[in-house]
Amino acid sequence: MTSPRWQRWLTVYAPLTAFLVFTLLPLYNMFLTSIKADSAVYNLRLNPFLVSLGALTPDHYKLLFTDTLFPTWLLNSLFVSLASTLIAVAASLPAAYAISRMNFRGVKIFGFAIFVTYLVPYALLFLPLTQVVAGLRLTDTLWSLVVTYPTFLVPFCTWLLMGYFKSLPVEIEKSAMIDGCNRLQSLIRVVLPMAVPGIVCAALFAFSMAWNDLLYSLVFISPAETKTLTVGVVTELIRGDIYYWGSLMAGAFLGAAPVIVFYVLFMDYYVSGMTVGAIK
Amino acid sequence: MKSTPAVSLKERIHTGQLSGYLFIAPALAIITLLVAYPFLKAILLSFTDSTVGHSGGFIGLDNYARLGGNETFRQTLQNSVVYTVFSVGTKTVLGLGLALLLNRELPWKRLIRGIILLPWVIPSTLSTLGWLWMFDPIFSVINWATVHLNLMERGLPWLSDPYLAMISIIVVNTWRGLPFFAITLLAGLVSIPPDLYRAAKMDGAGPIRTFRYVTLPLLKPLLLVVILFSTIMTISDFNIVYILTKGGPMNMTHLLSTLSFQVGLSGGRLGQGAAVSLFLFPVLAVVVYFQLKAIRLGTTYD
Repeated sequence: MTSPRWQRWLTVYAPLTAFLVFTLLPLYNMFLTSIKADSAVYNLRLNPFLVSLGALTPDHYKLLFTDTLFPTWLLNSLFVSLASTLIAVAASLPAAYAISRMNFRGVKIFGFAIFVTYLVPYALLFLPLTQVVAGLRLTDTLWSLVVTYPTFLVPFCTWLLMGYFKSLPVEIEKSAMIDGCNRLQSLIRVVLPMAVPGIVCAALFAFSMAWNDLLYSLVFISPAETKTLTVGVVTELIRGDIYYWGSLMAGAFLGAAPVIVFYVLFMDYYVSGMTVGAIK
Repeated sequence: MKSTPAVSLKERIHTGQLSGYLFIAPALAIITLLVAYPFLKAILLSFTDSTVGHSGGFIGLDNYARLGGNETFRQTLQNSVVYTVFSVGTKTVLGLGLALLLNRELPWKRLIRGIILLPWVIPSTLSTLGWLWMFDPIFSVINWATVHLNLMERGLPWLSDPYLAMISIIVVNTWRGLPFFAITLLAGLVSIPPDLYRAAKMDGAGPIRTFRYVTLPLLKPLLLVVILFSTIMTISDFNIVYILTKGGPMNMTHLLSTLSFQVGLSGGRLGQGAAVSLFLFPVLAVVVYFQLKAIRLGTTYD
């Protein structure tokens, strides 16, 4: 690059800094509020972007665990997200393999159906699903979510794994079959180990999507102790017009923590899953 | 499609005919019972006057006719168009800009990319609460900053003014969706062969002409897919509006999903609520049609 230094600052670093500030500001503000004493949070004369050491407090987090059902919501969300992810990956893996590798009547139509359901907005289905859930006698139980989350997780995971299988070379499977493996054996011994990154990726996305749901959980479940984390935080920590901003921000931050931990550990999977979903 | 007359069961297992159906059975069952069936049910519901806990009678197209004359519904349609067009438009322009920036040689590339992706990774329900706090009528940090930098005399009522509320939800949607545009388009940029840029440079093309005649045409199929995908996600959005405004003030930020929630559940009129949500269907149909076309277009590039 022959352009002078200041020009690079102006055209690259300045806009990039703006993007980074825009990205981080709400998260930074959320975290800062969650560790700040109320006297500092509600003092308009103090700079809200800073905190003095004396105003640091763990109280908002403590309150979540002593005065609210937050721990219960956390466990509820963990159970629902893990169970629905397990179901979704177990159903999607063979389906994705069949679409990308096998030839039988109707497979193309099935692939098309997966693509269409992948795009169906889930806001389109929640009203009839309340009746399905009621018919199964699952209203107000966590199982209502374990059963309904696969409606958006299965098409997504199948689509993602399909893209992944297409990127794997067929030759290895073929040679395994020539060496005397039948399809099932070659699937378990050859394809499955190669597909592990794809499976991890699908599971990560499914878990995050289940964890993030607000609508279904809001609609199917009303008792406070059966709520998932997102709904619990949004409906129980905001009461009427009274906002306990400190604990609300603490709840939001802590609620996002499991997903952030996964993200830091598996960032490359997120990036590849994101691009596979859109490109393939 | 090949016809396979009189094939023995053993042969079928061998060629994968039968096992194919076994492989897709669980996914097919879930999609049929929990997507296709509820979808048909939504259509049937919309022709009835059902309420919560009471299945009503057939009333034909009455629900739709009533919606046509309903001020709130017409406002909601308008909101949906404004919200979607401006959100997707902003995400496209900023996302492309950000992708071009990230494609430059940068220090701490991985860290920067990691931070940029955060809004898309963090559950939007929870991050939107952070925005709710940023838009607080009294303690908004945005207002604090603009007032103390002498940019404004006093803070703006972000969520209580109808127009500002629409701008606010567009900003939050942009914040949430920008990483998807930037990272996906970055993947597209990386795959453009460097030879083309070298050739353009030898022909004396500046950065703007290179972008216009090399980058943009090659990125077009991917750009189209990303825009279509984002359109369906944006127009059916629920979380952001539910948390920030609940559709208010004066229904000026209601989207189809939040209105359908309010009518169908809070109001208990299931039939009418289903009719509202079904207005998402034509959007879905158009997106699927163009998405398929775009994917075919994309494959001819490979």
